[in-house]
This record gives sequence, structure tokens and C-alpha cells, in this order.
Amino acid sequence: MEGGKVNNGPKILVFSTEKISDPAIDMAGLLKLHYPPTVYTISVPCSSAIKPIWILRALDQGFDGVFIAADGTDCPYSESCTDNTGKIVSNTMEIMKSRGMDPARLKMAAICSVCSEPFVKHVKSFTEYLKNHSKN
Amino acid sequence: MKENRIGVYICHCGGNISDYVDVNKVKEAVENDEGIALSKTTIFACADSNQKEMVEDIKEQNLSGVVVASCSPKLHLLTFRSVSERAGLNKYNYVHANIREQVSWAHSDDKIGATEKAIQIVKAAIAKVKLAEPLEPITVPTVNAVAVIGAGIAGMRAAIELADAGSNVILLEREFFIGGRIAQFDNLCVSNETGKELITRLYNEVMSHENVTLYTGAELVETSGSVGDFKIKIKVTPRYINSHCAKGELQKAIDVCPVKVPDEFNFNITDRKAIYHNYPSEYPQLPVIDMKNCTRCGECEKVCSSIDFSQKEKIIESNVGSILVATGFDPYEPEVGEFGYKTIENVVTLPQFKRIVHYAKDKLLYKGKLVRNIAYIYCVGSRQLDGENKYCSRYCCTSNIYAAITAKKQFGNINNFHFNRGIRTYGKQELLYDESSRMGDIYLQSFEDLPPTVESVNGKTVVKINDYLTGGKELEVEADLVVLVTGMVPRKDNSIEKLLKIPKGRDKFFNEIHMKLRPVETVIDGVTIAGACQGPKNIMESMNSALAAATKSFSLVDSGELAHEPIVAIVNADNCTYCDLCSQACPFDAIQMIEYNGKSIAEINNSTCKGCGMCIPVCPTNALDLTSFTDKEIFSMIDAIANHS
Repeated sequence: MEGGKVNNGPKILVFSTEKISDPAIDMAGLLKLHYPPTVYTISVPCSSAIKPIWILRALDQGFDGVFIAADGTDCPYSESCTDNTGKIVSNTMEIMKSRGMDPARLKMAAICSVCSEPFVKHVKSFTEYLKNHSKN
Repeated sequence: MKENRIGVYICHCGGNISDYVDVNKVKEAVENDEGIALSKTTIFACADSNQKEMVEDIKEQNLSGVVVASCSPKLHLLTFRSVSERAGLNKYNYVHANIREQVSWAHSDDKIGATEKAIQIVKAAIAKVKLAEPLEPITVPTVNAVAVIGAGIAGMRAAIELADAGSNVILLEREFFIGGRIAQFDNLCVSNETGKELITRLYNEVMSHENVTLYTGAELVETSGSVGDFKIKIKVTPRYINSHCAKGELQKAIDVCPVKVPDEFNFNITDRKAIYHNYPSEYPQLPVIDMKNCTRCGECEKVCSSIDFSQKEKIIESNVGSILVATGFDPYEPEVGEFGYKTIENVVTLPQFKRIVHYAKDKLLYKGKLVRNIAYIYCVGSRQLDGENKYCSRYCCTSNIYAAITAKKQFGNINNFHFNRGIRTYGKQELLYDESSRMGDIYLQSFEDLPPTVESVNGKTVVKINDYLTGGKELEVEADLVVLVTGMVPRKDNSIEKLLKIPKGRDKFFNEIHMKLRPVETVIDGVTIAGACQGPKNIMESMNSALAAATKSFSLVDSGELAHEPIVAIVNADNCTYCDLCSQACPFDAIQMIEYNGKSIAEINNSTCKGCGMCIPVCPTNALDLTSFTDKEIFSMIDAIANHS
């Protein structure tokens, strides 16, 4: 857009899930629970389907942080979802460490279908963290 | 490579989007991008006129893909997919961008930021649609059967409707008797039928229908599979009484049982035995032995040959295409001390009051004392200022005024004092309010910040209020009985919620996908909800939702096959070395090993793959992708958002 970048805050990519965390993020909007407009969402069917290479791609392309709005125990597909997503996150963090990146630029929290307020709280505090920690 | 001719529509949504997002700026930001054949703003993208225009555009401009940036895809993804289909474009060449819930509303405090974000979200959708492949739905066979959970009024009505339409119905009731909460109601307004009459009528229809199988004392304990073919396991607890027994013996067995426990059917105002039925003509007309309280003293066995303690719990397995949940509500139980509940003797709840009236004969007595002055305190457990129940329970004003009128008509000499916060007898129910006023009932009003008080003064129970209707004057009533008009709360034991993973709303009742547009569907495909498990409803409203849920469930199971989203895992045979990790990660056993070109690789069973994608990140050689969520598509979206500034 002409006129340059308007949103200067840390850019966060949220991987959200169609059935569980998307409704919560939608409801945050419905309730006008404001959060920074530098938070963008890409929806996937399940948080256990997120590939580490997607997370790394986002960080490499200029996102300051990646937030995984996980299905947690509400996952409609499997009870092991929390563990599975946790493994994806820890594996990715290991890769980030080996590349000299701050692993705290990746954050995960279970966001249930009505967890609008926790979602907003998480992305606000994550934004604050990223603001205070320069990229490495 | 195909030539991209993308059409982009940016919706104002009246002003819901355009009040906060500069939609023209969004249009201008994308209209000159590569592959964009047209870019438009529209006041309402979902309006019929715009849909027609889109169909014409797709045909005339020979569009290869379409993006609509509007509300959440939960509302209109299917609408615009259908528009694409009507224009001859594969519906998977349509991509939805959510710029209302996740942009204009979420950032209504930052119009510049919201516009900037909207542009990037639309660019990401365009990037995705450019790579989108046309797909055909995967059809799977469906079982023409529905499990209806809860044989209350909503569940039975839904079961009959489904059975009439030709589906097999498994009707499950956790209690040993059918009817749910309505069985506990006597006369119902405005028809003057009793709750028992209504449920008897429904029960007779249920039992005479060959397509319905009713299980009482039955709970759903396990489910697997998904819409079209759920495998369910039902635990059936025995009644410990054989169904064919000599006349009169059962009553003798009840009479000799020495155990006495509070009778929950009567909200604990009476006792029952360990062998019991809630009322003599109740359905099924066979008592049950409550093993939690039975002492196995053997007295009943001596007088009744039908007692059979050898009966065992059964597990029944079945397959159904859809699950309809109608598990009802609990009445709100006031806190100890709330308006004198359980601390002042003559304070009862509305459900208890109804049972007291039911059992009273010529005179209205409570604990042996004659009742003349009754004080009703409204909105107890509803419309709470500080508590969790912010909602109005909808039925209680009407139900209480009706109970008050009934008591007055039945016993005479009754003075009704209604301590309310504004009466909500909406619709036809307003006639009751009118009747009660004409009969001389006194209405006193206050607001939530200054509720009435209930005190025990010299052995008398006194209710005081600063009555808004008489200019805030302090008025008091010496009440023989105080009735707390309690509302509805979700069932305390809601194990079905965890089992089926049904989301709950802020009110803790089950949540529909959209209260107006998809009011009986849940985000769990194939699971519908009806009646008061979804939120406070009166009987008429419960019936409406039961019929809607039955229709929705029927539409899923009737055709014999169901078109699934063609979102499935895809194997790249060149990269796959079949290490088995994907198969272990799959919750649906949808991955098998096959031999292909002289090596072992994974193969996806498209009819059992649910498209969750759990297998794809575990592959060490990145040989797996998910349709519509391929690396290419995700990367293109990430790049579009990241690089645009």
C-alpha cells in the first residue's frame, strides 16, 4: 500500500483451528475485544497438522512470532491432540535454538471454542514480549 | 500452468465492515495484482442480487477463482461455494477471507490498522485461490439411524419425527423413567394439559413406532467414527425387576422396603423407597431398584417374585449416522442463605412449590401450617449481577404466574405477592399476567441492585422491598410461604458434553454454530442439539428446536451417502519410505502400507480419512500434504501476509 507500513507492532501469525479456536477468535471480534491488528490468522483443520516448516517459514519471512491456538482437549479428532501439538512445538523450538533463534518467538496455548478472552490476553502479552525482545 | 483469472469481492456488510475498514482502499490494493480479473466492493455480498451478479461475472469473465472478503466463513463459506457451483466453477476454487469478525470488529478501535490487515488477509486469500485445485467431494455411505440422547419432551418429539421420516432411532434415557422435567409439571399454560398427559401421548407414539428403540437407565459411554457412521456404545443399567410379574406384588415390594431417601422427583419435599417409581402411572410402568441406596435386606424378594438381583449391566453397540442431543436442564439450586433458602423454614423454590400444590388436597398446607400469603421472588439464579448466570431463563415468569393463579383458583383465600424485576410474560403468555392482575395479585418491583430481603422476625417470615412502582416506598409482606422463582441452569452431570466434545457458550449451555442461521447444528459434524440443553426454552420453543434438529439429523442420514469435504492427506510416493509414523499418528486407521513401484509406501483410505492432518507433520521425509492446506498453499499465504507492507 502506498504510504508505507502503518502497523508497526510485532507481527504475529496465528495458526488457528477451524472447529475450535476459530470460533473463539471470531467471538473476540463479535465482543469487540480488541487486540493488535498485527495479529493474523491462518486456519487449519487441527493444531496437530501444523508442520514445523510452516512455522519456520513464517519466522523466516518476517513474522516476529508464531502463536499456535491449539485445540487442546477439545480436539474433535483425537484425545492425543494436546500431546501431538506439544511435540510439534518442542521439535520446532529445538530447530529454532539450533539456528540461534529465540524459541520464545513460538508460543502455544489451548484456545477452546469460547476462549475469546484468553486468546486476546495471550496475543496481547505475546505482542508485549516480542516488542521487548528484539529478533535474534 | 493455468491462467489465473480471479474475481475479488469486498463486502461492506452494511457498515459492519466498511465503518472500520476502508473497503475501497482494499479493492485498490489488490485490483492491479497479477491474475486479478475483477475487483469489486459490494454492500451485502450475501444478498441475492450480488449472488446473481457473481454468477454472471464468473461466466462472462471466465473466472478461474473467486475470493469474497466478508464475515466469518462459518456464516457464508457455503453460500459462496454454492454461488461458484451455480456458475459452473468448482466450489473449491472459492476462498473466503474473514474481514469482519477477525478484522473490522476486532480492530474497530484502529481503522487504519484494520484496513491494513484487511488488505493482507485478502492478499493471502488471493494467493491461496491461485493455487487451489478443483476437487470433487468424497462420498461415504451413511447409516440411516439416529441416536437421540434424552427422552424428555424434546427428545421424544424428535425421535417420533425421525422415525416417521423412515430413520431408525435409538432413544436413550439416563433416568429409569421417561419424560424429563416435564413429567414433574402439572397443568401447563396455556392449554391446561398436564405435563404427564403430554409425555404419555409422546410415549405411546414412541412405543408404537417400530423404528424407535427406547433404552432407559441407559448412557452413551463411547463413540468413535464420524458423521454418517458413528459407532456408539451404550451402557444399560438393569431395573432388577422382571417385566412380567404378578399384579399387586410390586406395590407390596415398595411397601415393605425399609429404606427412605429424599425423592428427587419431588425436589426432596417427600421421601421415596429404594424400590420406587416417581408416580403410579409413570412410563415405563415398571419400578426400579435404586442400587445406590438398596441395602439388599431381601424384604422385597419375600413378597414379589419379580425381583431379580441377578440382572447385569449390559453394553450395547450400534451404528448411527447422526446424534441428536436433548439432555435438558437443571433447575437452579439457590445457595444456602440466598433469600433464606435452607436457613428459613418456609422458603422453597418454584419447582418445589409446584409439587407442594400438586400434593395439596383441599387446603394449601406447608409443613402442617396453612398457607395464605405467598411471596414470590423472581429471577433467582437468573439475570445475576455478580453471579455467572447473566441470562434470563425465559420460562419462569410465566410458569410462576400460572402456578400462582392455579393455587389461588384451587384453594381460594390465597394472597399472591410477586416481588419481581420486570415481568417477562412475552407473547400470548401476557394474558396470564393480565389474568393474575385482575385476580388481585400484587406486583412489587425492584432492580438488581436493590433486591428484596427475606428475614425471620419473631418466628414470622417477612419479605421487604423498596417498591419502585410506589416511588421506592419500603413495603413488607408477612409470608406463610416464600417461593424463589428459580431459572434454568445446564445439567450438573453433563458427561455427554465431554464424550461428544460439544462446545459450550458463555452461559455454559451447549452452543450452536450460529444462533440465527444454524441454530441446531454444533461444530461437531453430525451432532445436533435440541431443547433446553442449548439454553432456557419453554415447551413450545423446545418443540420447535426438536423438530429442527430432527430435520437436520435426518438430512444427514437419509440419502444413504454423504458428501465429505475432499480434504484428505496426500502421499508423495517419491518421498515416502514408509516408516509407519504417519499410520501411528492417524486416529482413524486411514493409512495402510502398499507396494508401489517396487517399494513400500503409505496409502490413504479417502473414505476413512477425516482430513485432520495429524499425520502430516510427523513424516520425516515431508512426503505428506493435506488437500487445500498443502505446503505451497500455506507458504503462499504466509508470504502474502509477511511481505505486504
